[in-house]
Order: sequence, then C-alpha cells, then structure tokens
Amino acid sequence: MTTTLAKPEPPRSRPPRRQRTPRPVTSLGDRVFRMLTLGASLLILLALAGVFVFLFVKGAPGFTQAADVYGRASSFTGYVLPLLGGTVIAALIALLIAVPLAWGIALVISHYAPRFVAVPAAYLVDLLAAVPSVVFGLWGVVVLAPKMVPVFDFLNTYFGWIPIFSGDVSNSGRTIVTAGVVLAIMILPIITAITREVFSRTPRLNQEAALALGATRWEMMRLTVFPYGRSGMVSASMLGLGRALGETMAVAMVLSLGAWSDFKLLEPGNSSIAANIASKYKERSEELTSVLIATGLVLFLLTFVVNATARWIVGRSERRMASA
Amino acid sequence: MSVDVAKPGTRGTVSLTAPRLPREAPLLVGVGAVAVAALVWLLLGWPLVGSAVVGGLVFLVALPAWSRVVEGRRSATDRLMTALIWTTFVVAMVPLVSLVATVVTKGAPVVNREFLTYSLFSTGAEQPPGIYHAIMGTLIITVGAAIISVPVGVLAAIYLVEYGKRNQLARMVTFLVDVMTGIPSIVAGLFAFALFTVLFGPGFQAGIGGSVALSLLMIPIVVRATEEMLRLVPDDLREASYALGTPKWRTIVKVVLPTTIGGIITGVTLAVARVIGETAPLLLIAGLAARTNTDPFSGAMTTLPVQIYSFNSRQETLDLAWGAALVLIVIVLALNLVARVIGKIFAPKTGN
Repeated sequence: MTTTLAKPEPPRSRPPRRQRTPRPVTSLGDRVFRMLTLGASLLILLALAGVFVFLFVKGAPGFTQAADVYGRASSFTGYVLPLLGGTVIAALIALLIAVPLAWGIALVISHYAPRFVAVPAAYLVDLLAAVPSVVFGLWGVVVLAPKMVPVFDFLNTYFGWIPIFSGDVSNSGRTIVTAGVVLAIMILPIITAITREVFSRTPRLNQEAALALGATRWEMMRLTVFPYGRSGMVSASMLGLGRALGETMAVAMVLSLGAWSDFKLLEPGNSSIAANIASKYKERSEELTSVLIATGLVLFLLTFVVNATARWIVGRSERRMASA
Repeated sequence: MSVDVAKPGTRGTVSLTAPRLPREAPLLVGVGAVAVAALVWLLLGWPLVGSAVVGGLVFLVALPAWSRVVEGRRSATDRLMTALIWTTFVVAMVPLVSLVATVVTKGAPVVNREFLTYSLFSTGAEQPPGIYHAIMGTLIITVGAAIISVPVGVLAAIYLVEYGKRNQLARMVTFLVDVMTGIPSIVAGLFAFALFTVLFGPGFQAGIGGSVALSLLMIPIVVRATEEMLRLVPDDLREASYALGTPKWRTIVKVVLPTTIGGIITGVTLAVARVIGETAPLLLIAGLAARTNTDPFSGAMTTLPVQIYSFNSRQETLDLAWGAALVLIVIVLALNLVARVIGKIFAPKTGN
C-alpha cells in the first residue's frame, strides 16, 4: 500500500534505505478514487456471484418439486434432459453451418479480397451482429421456415433411412433445424470477427517464405495461416457455441411449442432451455417458476463452462505467443 | 504477365514457366456458369434459388477441372479453394440481404406518424395502433441500464489498467468479465427476476428490473472497450503529469480520461446498441403493457423487442411486428453509425 510509506518504518537491523524515487503523492482524493475503482471491480465479482446465488436460491426448490409440476416428465432430470438435448442439438447444427462459413469469410476479409472490398465486407458482417435477435426470429418464422420445407422433404425422401431425418416432416418448417440455421446466422459475426483477427496476425514473413518456396495461395494458407491461428479458430467456435446455447428469442419464435421427440430433427416440437423459459414464464405458478429458474441455472453453468474453456484456450495461446 | 512469356510452340522456344490458365479464365467460366443457370431457370423452369445453386456448382466444378487439365493438381486445388472461400462470403450475404429487404418492404408501409406517436392503449374506437409506449419503454430502460453500467464499467476498467497491474484480483476480474460477455441474456433476465422477487415479493414487474438485467450484459462490453482505450494512452503522458506533482487520481481524471473519452463513448454507444435489441430478459422482468408507462420503478413497461415478440404471436398483428422491427433496426444502426463517427472524431493520436 502506498499510504504506509508516510509512516516511519519499523526498526530493522540494516539502516533505513533512503528514498531515491519520488514519493507517490497520496492525498485523500487518491485513496477515495482508488477505493471507488476497486469497489467497481468487486461489484462485478459480486454481480457474477449474485447471479449464481440468486438463481440457486430461487431455483433450488425447482429440483425437487412434486411430480405433476414437471408435466409429462416426472422428475427434474426427466424435465431438463430433453430441453438440454434440444439446446445442444440446435447449437451444434448452428456451429456446423456457421464455422466453415465464418472461416471462409474471415479468409476473404484477411487475405483474399483487395482492401477496397475487404473493408465494406467486414462492415457487412458486423451489420449482421447489429440485427436484434427478435428480428432474426421474426425473419426465421415468416421467411426462412416456409423455404426450408422443400429442403426437409428432400432430406426426408432421400436420407430418411438415417434415423434423425425420418418421421413426418413438419409442414410449417418450424423445426429445430430451422432454429439451428437462424442461430448459425446469428453467431456468424462473432466467429468471423475473432477468426479474422487471428488470421490477419499471421507473421508476414512466414507467409512470404511459403510463397517463395513455390506454394500456391491455398498451400500457403494451410502451411502458415491455419497452424498459426488454430487455437484462435477453436476458441472462436467455442464462443460461438456459447452464444448459440444461450440464445433465446430466435429459437422460441421459430419452434412451435412442444417437448423433445426422439431425436427426429425434421419433426415439429422440440425446444431449448432458453426458449422454454421464455414461452412458459407467463404461467407464473410459484412451482413452475422455480423449475424454470433451475433449468436456467443448468444453462448458466453449461455456458459458463463453454466460455471459460474458450477463454482459457485463447489465454494459453496468447501466453505461448508472447513467450515465443 | 502473359505478354513476355513465350508460349510453347511459338518460334521453337521452350517455356520456362508452368502452363497457366489465361487471366480471364475465372471470368469466362463464371459467364458460362451464369448462362447455365439462366438456361435452367428459363427452360426447365426451376426456382431462381435452385438455378443459382446449379450455376454455382457448375463454376465450382468447371474451373478446377479446366485447371487440373492445364495447370496440374496443386493449382486445381488452389482454384477450388479460392472459389469455395468466395462462395462462403456470398452465401453469408444471402440471409443478410433477404432479412434487410424483408424488413424494409414489409415494415415501411406500416411506419407512419400515427404508428410512432400512438400507443396500443386505445382511447377511441378509431385510434390506429402505435408503438409509442414501446419506444418510450426502450429508451427509459436502456438509459437506466447505461446509468448503472457506465460508471461501474469505466471505474472497473480504470482499476484494471491503472491500479491493479497484473495482481491476482485484476486477473480474476479480467477473466470473469470475459466470461460475463457470454452470459445468456435469458439468464440475466432470470437473475433480475429472482433478485427483485426476493426483494419485493412475487409478481414484481418494473422497468428498473429490465435495466438491471441489461446492465449485467452491458458492463462487460463497457469494461473491455474502456480497458482497451486506456491501454492506448502513452505512459509519457501520465509521467509528464506526475512530474508536475499531480496526484494519481487527478492525472487519471484530467489527463488519461480526456485523452480516451472518444473511445469510451464509442464503446458505450456500441454497448447500448447491443443491449437495446435484447428481448428475453425484458420479457421476464419488464413485462408487456398497452399503456405508456414512464415510471421505471412501478408497473410493466413495454420495450420494442418485447412488443415485436408480442405482435408476432398473433396473425392479425404480424404487419405491425415488421413495422416495429424496422424502427428497432433503424435505431440500432443509427447508434452504430454514431459510435463510428464519434470514434473517428476523437480517435487518439498515437502517431508519435
């Protein structure tokens, strides 16, 4: 602490060192300001802890309600597992679509396009991030869902032998696959932004060395850009996954209500944790609310783990690069 | 390029370069692909999207095949990947264009003066539906969120950069702020809901709850933006101020912050733009009301996103949903634009 400098030092065996460096000026204002900023930091810690504590306090009864509260399922596990399944499936579909697209777009912006194309292109992708999720949901229901029906029919007719594509195709197109596609569009900007950043930080010399050895442009990407950006690509995807897991409105609006139906992706009536909360909160019975909050706690922990892992990967690679 | 390269066979010289496709090759194949797509569309009567996909596939197959014959395997792969990479970009633009086009064409006919200045609470039989109440609610709740999160976010960033240089607490806060950016918005809503129902009893609904939920989402963005800006301030500036005997806090307030104020405002504006479109938390805690409510501390307060969600749930109000969506997108884009302009104007001069 800087404030202790003004006090006489306790006697030691060696003579007190003379203060060469200018003594920091510690006025009252300094201490107050420091405390303010420290308080703000602690408040953030508190807020995050508060999220956990309050969700736990209000959600704990939700783990052990009477069987009839859970509807068709008779226990909390039976209630949350189908929703968790829906959440994960929708997020994985989104990731499957968004990740290759995002890598491609990132390459276009960082390497392929000339500058006068790359700058507006980056802006356009950022524009996608500016669209509110409820508008994506609206678009998903009204525009995208009807267009998905022929695709679903195709998948069902020719790939119906794969269990996930079997069953009766929803004729409104409001299925978990459509929700996944909307989610993919929504997480595209964040994955692109991070991947682009990593790609453009590839050392110039590595790239030119590869080209000088006769590599084609694609070989240069494979030899220098991808190895350099690998951890960034992984963590960007995980951050996208975290987004997709927690996204509420798009899924809630696209899916018509219902419970999980045996991993048949083209049938109507799956749901995710977040969408389920948004569509059931109105019922406002004390018991159901606690169950919903408990499912929210499960979602919070899931996204926390995913995001923390992603950040850990980023941090590790940054440290490695700093030391290299 | 091809001018000074002797072609094999001309005047008996041997070419030293590998055979290449002419520069116009992608263009030629592209024209061919478009022609095929047009034929499929006009003659076979396929839907436009299907024909475009066929054209794209023709390009993706034809160019690498040609290249394979003339240039060899490696160049063929290169051309295929180049085409694929550009394809991803085009594919990603399709939903964006479709979305913007739909919102504008369906929303524009709905938006007019009545739509913006009346609420849904009808006082007469002839009153047209409007979203005034939702616009007011959005403004009040978002400003409330900004009032909570800007001081906390900026002060925390100052602690991280100026005081807590790499100590344990600062590292933990940085990590948690990063993780906090990933909190699902519905969880923020549940937190506000749990907090306010514990404090004020069940069934509590008010705008302030929405502000608290949104600020939970906004604080990490403000912290990150401010932190980045503060790190850009050169140490010379701080040391010059210390040399004049200025205490640290006065240095921060009078020297460091004014230098970065543009960046901080930009960050805050972007954060506002980000949370203004949030629906899920407000659905839980701020609720839905037809009447204009300007008191954030009591009663349900409608916001634009929640209103869109509510419009969407009934077939006869679907048009209104598009109108409200257009208004919301325009607000968000305007905020983004303002942020960029501020960023440009106040861009810190680091050129020394």
